Amino acid sequence: MRAFTTHTGVTAALPRVNVDTDQIIPKQFLKRVERTGFGPALFFDWRYQADGSPNPGFELNQPKAAGASILLAGANFGCGSSREHAPWALGEYGFRAILAESFADIFDANCTQNGIVPVRLPASQMTELFRRYELAEGPYELTVSLETLTVTDRAGFSAGFTLDAYRRDSLLAGLDEIGRTLQLDGKIAAYERRRATLLARQAE
Amino acid sequence: MSGRTLCQKVWEAHLVEEPADGPALVYIDLHLVHEVTSPQAFEGLRLAGRAVRRPDLTLATVDHNVPTTDRSLPIADAVSRRQVELLVENAHAYGIELHDLHDPGQGIVHVIGPELGVTQPGMTIVCGDSHTSTHGAFGALAFGIGTSEVEHVLATQTVRFARPRTLEARYVGLPPAGVTAKDLILAFIGRVGTAGAAGHVVEYTGPAVRALSMEGRMTMCNMSIEAGARAGLIAPDETTFAYLMDRPRAPTGKAWTAAVDRWSLLVSDPDAKYDRVVEIDATAIVPQVTWGTNPGMVAGVDGRVPDPAAVADPAEREAATRALSYMGLAAGTPLEGLKIDRVFIGSCTNARIEDLREAARVARGRSVAPGVRAMVVPGSMRVKAQAEREGLDRVFTEAGFEWRNAGCSMCLGMNPDILASGERCAATSNRNFEGRQGKGGRTHLMSPAMAAAAAVTGALTDVRRLEPAAVRTPSAATP
Ligand code: SF4
Repeated sequence: MRAFTTHTGVTAALPRVNVDTDQIIPKQFLKRVERTGFGPALFFDWRYQADGSPNPGFELNQPKAAGASILLAGANFGCGSSREHAPWALGEYGFRAILAESFADIFDANCTQNGIVPVRLPASQMTELFRRYELAEGPYELTVSLETLTVTDRAGFSAGFTLDAYRRDSLLAGLDEIGRTLQLDGKIAAYERRRATLLARQAE
Repeated sequence: MSGRTLCQKVWEAHLVEEPADGPALVYIDLHLVHEVTSPQAFEGLRLAGRAVRRPDLTLATVDHNVPTTDRSLPIADAVSRRQVELLVENAHAYGIELHDLHDPGQGIVHVIGPELGVTQPGMTIVCGDSHTSTHGAFGALAFGIGTSEVEHVLATQTVRFARPRTLEARYVGLPPAGVTAKDLILAFIGRVGTAGAAGHVVEYTGPAVRALSMEGRMTMCNMSIEAGARAGLIAPDETTFAYLMDRPRAPTGKAWTAAVDRWSLLVSDPDAKYDRVVEIDATAIVPQVTWGTNPGMVAGVDGRVPDPAAVADPAEREAATRALSYMGLAAGTPLEGLKIDRVFIGSCTNARIEDLREAARVARGRSVAPGVRAMVVPGSMRVKAQAEREGLDRVFTEAGFEWRNAGCSMCLGMNPDILASGERCAATSNRNFEGRQGKGGRTHLMSPAMAAAAAVTGALTDVRRLEPAAVRTPSAATP
């Protein structure tokens, strides 16, 4: 997994609530058997017009959002289907961090598995970020630091966030979670023995 | 010390470790696998040279991508075909039991697990699919996971989860006649909203839930995810045991008796504390219909399309405005009488035998309204065979419904079954998201009986008006 320490980048804003993973990556793109190739299909139905040209009204197509790597999103972002194709698409498009008031549980886990940091901020701070994005004349840059657990801009905005120590360590070092768990093989095997004995005893 | 909830009991029985500063490592008793969310997981395993730790606790089926028409023909879409073939290859390579396209046990993953009796009380179950919550109907802790976690479970038979909070959805009283499990769960989602149960495992309790058949309980737990919940749960009881007895994979003889003894302990203690409790008056629930683009945008069929201007929260107001424009609806329009073009009876929510019986009861002796295209897609090939034994297929075909083979079909339209832009559909599935059933398609979620009523009248209709006496209450549906 790609490590994440501190990242500064251009912001895009999608101030809609309950954006579901069917919108992030529509089903017709779920047939691929690779982890790549999803970036161009991100937000497909919103992003393109019927003739395939970019929809100028869509938030991510705004000139100031070009090249964005940080997404400001509405509450309950990533609800619905468990498809990990959603963070794959977001990551391939270039997003490294997503800031929202809340995330759906499965989506949240899927992001951290792919080196994308889900940053939870209170509604008031999200509103302030959306406001600063709107007021910015050109691209609006933010810095997300997993080392200091802060989000800052150049004009005095600063907010802290939390992430559990396990996921934070994994992200900071870009660790392979399976490899980490396989080191606990002894514990897993001991659990399997305990459980097998329990089931066998009850089946006697 | 106060008692423990059912969720806590199952959780604590599966802990490999639970560190103070991070998620727990939870052992998984059953891992269900399907073709859409697994190819990249197997590929990752192969690249790392890792084995599947417990193929014996893993079960695979094809469902999302499969055609529901003639199965003797190859899958027309080459990319879909590749995904299905790849699951067959992976299952063989790793020694995993597979129910493929030609297996009489093929079906939607959440239908066949219970049907085979592999889903059992007290288990931990995962699948790379959000509707894994369905299996909670048996008192199993069942979570949807992403593809990286699928790979993690294949390699280690465990997954990292933070301890969930618990929410009791307590239904008070019994619902009126003609109100089904689908209405009970839609009413809950409408009440708490699409993120209302985020981070929680929801346990459904009360006499209205106790009175439900296993099919009804699965419908309820299935849609827990639509309230944002991690999982749904219903404590096992005699109904559960009666359903499981004699299923192909259920224990037998002495092992059965011991299992029932163990399963009988799987209830929340009377003094157990939930993190949250939501009380719902079951007696006040009427048949539910969604009007918007998430399952929380729902109302009684006797209601009207709400006015976004009346919504206090600006973000929710904006969402409601967008939803009305997408759905082609004006505020204040009565839901009943809204013309529909298509009907879909199917999906892991409502395509079990009881669902088909309920729909057939309404369809019997009637005809699909002119201009409406209606389709019934059984949840599994076993459900299909059972329905055919009961003659339900003829009821449907004589009324003008299409009768299909098992699969996810138009629930998400990965196969050729999709809505055209602007078409309005009465559906028994679980998601009415924009474009879910086809780009520009407009989905209204409802129960099987309500969908059948829409089919024969060509419009959203209160099924209770159609046949006031013949529709059974959930309590009457208990075997
Ligand atoms: S029927 Fe629909 S919701 Fe259920 S598993 Fe299939 S696609 Fe998912």
